[in-house]
Amino acid sequence: MRSDCGEERILTVVEAMREALQEEMRRDERVFLMGEDIRLGGSFAFTLGMLDLFGPERVVNTPISESGFIGLGIGAAIQGMRPVIDFQYGDFLFCAMDQIVQQAAKLRYMSGGQVRIPLVIHLPTGASGRGAQHANAMEGFLFHVPGIKLVTPACPYDAKGLLKSAIRDDNAVIVCGHKHLYGSRGRQLMQSTLSTQHVPEEEYTIPLGVADVKREGTDITVVANLLMLHHVMNAAATLAEEGISVEVVDPRTLIPLDTDTIVASVQKTSRLLIVEENNERGGWGAQVAAEVASQAIRYLKVPIRRVATPDVPIPFSPVLESAVVPGQERILRAILELLETSSDPLTGDGR
Amino acid sequence: MRITRPQQPDRKDPSSYAEELLIQMYSRMLLIRRFELKVNELYHQGIMPGTIHLSHGQEATTVGACLALEQEDVITLTHRGHGQALAKGVSVRSVMAELFGKATGCCRGKGGSLHVGDLSVGALPAIGIVGASSPIAAGMAFAFQRAGNKRIVLNFFGDGAVNEGDWHEAMNLAALWKLPVVFLCENNFYGVSTHISEVTLNEYLAERAAAYRMPAVTIYGNDPITVYDTVGEAAGRARKGEGPTMVECLTYRRGGHKRDDSGSYRPDEEVDAWFRRDPITDFRDYLLTDERIPPARLDELEDEVDASVEKAVEFALASPDPDAACALEDVYAE
Repeated sequence: MRSDCGEERILTVVEAMREALQEEMRRDERVFLMGEDIRLGGSFAFTLGMLDLFGPERVVNTPISESGFIGLGIGAAIQGMRPVIDFQYGDFLFCAMDQIVQQAAKLRYMSGGQVRIPLVIHLPTGASGRGAQHANAMEGFLFHVPGIKLVTPACPYDAKGLLKSAIRDDNAVIVCGHKHLYGSRGRQLMQSTLSTQHVPEEEYTIPLGVADVKREGTDITVVANLLMLHHVMNAAATLAEEGISVEVVDPRTLIPLDTDTIVASVQKTSRLLIVEENNERGGWGAQVAAEVASQAIRYLKVPIRRVATPDVPIPFSPVLESAVVPGQERILRAILELLETSSDPLTGDGR
Repeated sequence: MRITRPQQPDRKDPSSYAEELLIQMYSRMLLIRRFELKVNELYHQGIMPGTIHLSHGQEATTVGACLALEQEDVITLTHRGHGQALAKGVSVRSVMAELFGKATGCCRGKGGSLHVGDLSVGALPAIGIVGASSPIAAGMAFAFQRAGNKRIVLNFFGDGAVNEGDWHEAMNLAALWKLPVVFLCENNFYGVSTHISEVTLNEYLAERAAAYRMPAVTIYGNDPITVYDTVGEAAGRARKGEGPTMVECLTYRRGGHKRDDSGSYRPDEEVDAWFRRDPITDFRDYLLTDERIPPARLDELEDEVDASVEKAVEFALASPDPDAACALEDVYAE
C-alpha cells in the first residue's frame, strides 16, 4: 500500500474517514456536517476538530432528534445541499426509520425520478460492551431496503476512499463503521494487519460496489466485513502456519453487492464460509449464500457455512457477549470443519 | 362531542384585491372541486385504479395558501394532496394521468394518488405518511436559508399530524434555527373517523406552537381571502428571516376519509352547518358584490374549468401505460 512518493502515514479507520470528510468539505461547499455533539467529535471522534476547521455554519450541532434531522437532511439534499449526518450510535437510526426507509429511499422512485437525495449517514455499528441497545449490527436491518446504498469499510484505506465516493454519490448512502475499529481515545481498537494502515496523501476514491480480496488463498473462501474481517484475517494468519491457505474477501459495500468477486473466489477454492456480526436470520450472509448456490453450486465441494450472531439481543457481560458475537475461535473451528468434510453439497454423498 | 361551527369570515371588500387574483382564486377552487368530483365518479365507476383521498370542501385553504406564495416557493403535500397540487399549479392532465397510473402522469405513473406533485412548479411529490413531511419541509427551508435566497417552504399537514413525533421535531428545529417555513394545518377535525377532541386536550391545534415559541394563529379556513392574507403575512416573516409561523385553518371535508368511507361518524348537526357554508358558493357570493366581476364571467369560468377536467380525463385515458421496464428505473440516481 505504501506509495513511492509519500511518507508512510499509518492511520486508524476514523482518522482516515476524518481526512476524507475534510477533503470533501474543502472540495465542495455544498457538503455540510450535522449531528449530536459533533463539536466533541461525536461518540467515536469522527468529527473531531471539524467545528474549528469549518465553523458552525457547516458543522451543525443538533438536538437529540434523529428523525427530525434525518428528515431535515433529506429536505436539504433535495434542494441541492450534500449533508453528512453523524450518528453517535448506529442504533439510534431506528428513531428515524420512517425517514430512511419510506422517505430517503423512496422519494426519487415514487416521484418518477424528480428528485436526487445526496445524503450520507455515518453509523457506528456492532457490539462493544455496551449492552443490547447500543450494539445492533445495523447493516443487517438496512440490507433489505431498495433505494439506499450501504457501505461497510473495515480498514483505513478503504474507509477513506469509500467515504469520499459516498459523499460524491447522488443517493442516500449509509456508511457503517465498527465501534472496535475507530481506535478513538479510550476505545478498544481491534488488532490485525489491517486495523491500522498506510493511507496515501494523494487523492483517491474507491467505487461503491467493488469487493476486495484482502488475502489470496486456495483452500477456502471466507467472506467477511467490518470487525469480522479482522478476526478472519487473524485466523487466516494462524492457519497459514499450519499450511492452510485461506482466501479472504471483503465485500466492502453491501448495496450494491459485488457477487462476481465472491463467485470467482469460490470457483477457485470450492469452499465458502460467510462471517457476519448480524443476527443470523435474514443477515446479508444468507443472500451471499443464495447467490453462490445459484451461480456456482457445482464448484462447491462442501455445503456453504455461515457464522453469525445467534438470534438473541446482545448481552452485557463480557463473557456472554463473546459467547454470542463471532470471534476468532468460532471462525477457526468453522474453517477447519469445512476443510475436513468433503460431502457433495448436492447429494450429501461422499466423505 | 365538541362541535366547531363555521365562522363568519372577517375580510375586506373584494375591491381591495386585484381582479386577476380574485378570478384566479375562484377558478382554482372550482378546478379542485370539479376535479375531485370527477375523480370520485371515475373511481366508483371502476375506471380508476387504486385508492383516493378527496379534498373537496377544503379548497379555500389550499388555494388561499398557495396563491399567497411565489412561484419559486415550495410546498409539501399530504395524502389528501390532489387539491394542493392543483393549487400550486401542477398541470391538471398530469395529475389526472398520475391517478390512472399512466406514463404521462406527473410521477410517470409510479406515485399515484398518494404521491402527486411536480417539483418544477414547487410541489414536492406528496409524502403519504402523516407527519413525515414536516422535517423534510424544514430541510428544504434550511437549504434556502443557507443559500441566502428569499424562497420559503409551506408545509401542508392535517390535524392528525400534530400527535406525530416527526411533526414536533420539525417544529422545534424550525423554530430553533428560524427556518423560513409556514406550517399550515388543514384542521378538518377528523383523523379518519376520530375527532380531535378524542386525541388531544387542545381545543385549537395552534396552541401547540407556543411550546416552541413559534407564532401561531387559528383562522376560518373556508374563506380563501382570510387564508391568503394570513399566509401572506407568515410568508413575509419567513422571507425576512424572522422564522416559521403555524397557521391553523379550520375547514371541513365534504367526503369521507377515503373511497369507501361515507363519513357517517360525523354528527348531522355538524355536517349540516359546514355543508351550508360551502367555500365555493360563499366565495362566489362575495365576488358578486364586486362590480368589476359580472356573473357571466364566473359562468364562463365554470365552463372552462369543466372543459379542462374533461380534457384531462381524455388525455389520461388515451395515454400509454408505463413500460414494464420502468418499474426497475429511478431506484438510484446515476
